[in-house]
Amino acid sequence: MIEVRGVRKSFNNNQVLRGVSFEVMEGETLVIIGKSGCGKTVLLKHLIGLIEPDEGDIVVDGIVVNRVKREELLELRKRFGMLFQSAALFDSLSVEENIALPLKEHSSMSKETIARKVKEKLALVGLEKIEHLKPSELSGGMKKRVGLARALVLEPSYLLFDEPTTGVDPIMADRINDLIIDLQNRLKVTAIAVTHDLRSAYKIGTRLALLSEGRIGFIGTLADIKNSKDPAVVEFIRGYG
Amino acid sequence: MRLLQFFFHLGDISIMLKEGLVQFPRALKSFDLTVSQMHAIGYSSLPLIVLTSAFSGMVVTVQTAYQIREYVPLEYLGVGVGKAIMLELGPVITGLMLAGRAGAAMAAEIGSMKVTEQIDALEAFSIDPYRYLFVPRFFASIIMLPVLVIFANSVGILSGVLIANVALDVDIHTFAESLKFFFRYKDLLGGLAKSVFFGGVISTMGCHYGFTTRGGAEGVGKATTGAVVASSVLILVCDYLIGAVVYG
Repeated sequence: MIEVRGVRKSFNNNQVLRGVSFEVMEGETLVIIGKSGCGKTVLLKHLIGLIEPDEGDIVVDGIVVNRVKREELLELRKRFGMLFQSAALFDSLSVEENIALPLKEHSSMSKETIARKVKEKLALVGLEKIEHLKPSELSGGMKKRVGLARALVLEPSYLLFDEPTTGVDPIMADRINDLIIDLQNRLKVTAIAVTHDLRSAYKIGTRLALLSEGRIGFIGTLADIKNSKDPAVVEFIRGYG
Repeated sequence: MRLLQFFFHLGDISIMLKEGLVQFPRALKSFDLTVSQMHAIGYSSLPLIVLTSAFSGMVVTVQTAYQIREYVPLEYLGVGVGKAIMLELGPVITGLMLAGRAGAAMAAEIGSMKVTEQIDALEAFSIDPYRYLFVPRFFASIIMLPVLVIFANSVGILSGVLIANVALDVDIHTFAESLKFFFRYKDLLGGLAKSVFFGGVISTMGCHYGFTTRGGAEGVGKATTGAVVASSVLILVCDYLIGAVVYG
């Protein structure tokens, strides 16, 4: 379980997070929605200690992420898989090397086993025979799917998605949404996604949270958000529609 | 503000060097990363080093002859050229060339990785970026710089011999004898010791400026320029300090 307790964060006097608190239950997909630039990615990066909060705590399985030693933090991160907004594939490595890297670093598997695992994960995201390609040779949608395969390779307990459908066409966005739902059903992992794409949020989310003015203004199920009279929620939904 | 920036750089470099040393035993496990950097820094730089050291050898021969010909016989040209190349020109020209080539490449590559979240991705997969990116580049640089300096010295002296024979009519045997007669191991080893430090400076500055890149393409450009300027200045500072200790 993940708990975020009163997290505050400022960059150069610009207060981005002003006391964010919420919990993520085992096995659910919590989607954090909000306008572009409202601090969603900053919040997501706090969860795996890529950014430290000025105040507040992030607790994962009872471990306070922002207070542990670096070695413990590196160990804790193995429980996470993250899909970055730009996929963040390593330019100098091939698709196969990108996906294999976490395994090479953290396991004693043979080259053959690693190659088999890479094929498996690529098949899971609907890709094949692209192992030898470099990221620069892939389309935006393919990059996202390779990024997803890489996020899955250590078989994490938690999956983090940063704007999973941004930068791809609506058809590919739908395929990525379906893929996330399919993976969620098959692997039963706990997932947190941040997005400003309400259509994607409705499709993949078990619960939705609205980040507004640096705080979680609303958190609830799909039905709750549709029936909400909260002005920030209404404005965001109306603005989208 | 500039003083604050200086301390920021110093603090960051200290953390990177400390992390690099702490992570060294694990870096040995993935020695293939160091080998691929040795190839990029050493083997790929060889044509550039051969070309620049050949011209350095030629110009130092011509100018030494011009400086000494009125009061020292040209039979002693070999010793002047040899010592100038081994003590100073071989290591310093190689260092400055590598700062421009390898140091800039390190800053640009790591800087691009920083602005495209690839460094965050390494962290997210529990891979220490200092161990994965800095340590292999650091060790590859301190291993390959002396090797390149040996090439630079050899090519520089050979081109000096050639130009002395062709343009100044100094016999090859005479040139070699004077070089051999006044040769001291300290001359060669001091130059090689300098190059080890230069390798450390180039990789540390290249990686540091890469890791501290901010913004987009403009930030990468600034990081690359910063790395080359800082490396070049520090190479000359180290050159004086090591020279003063070894030969002072």
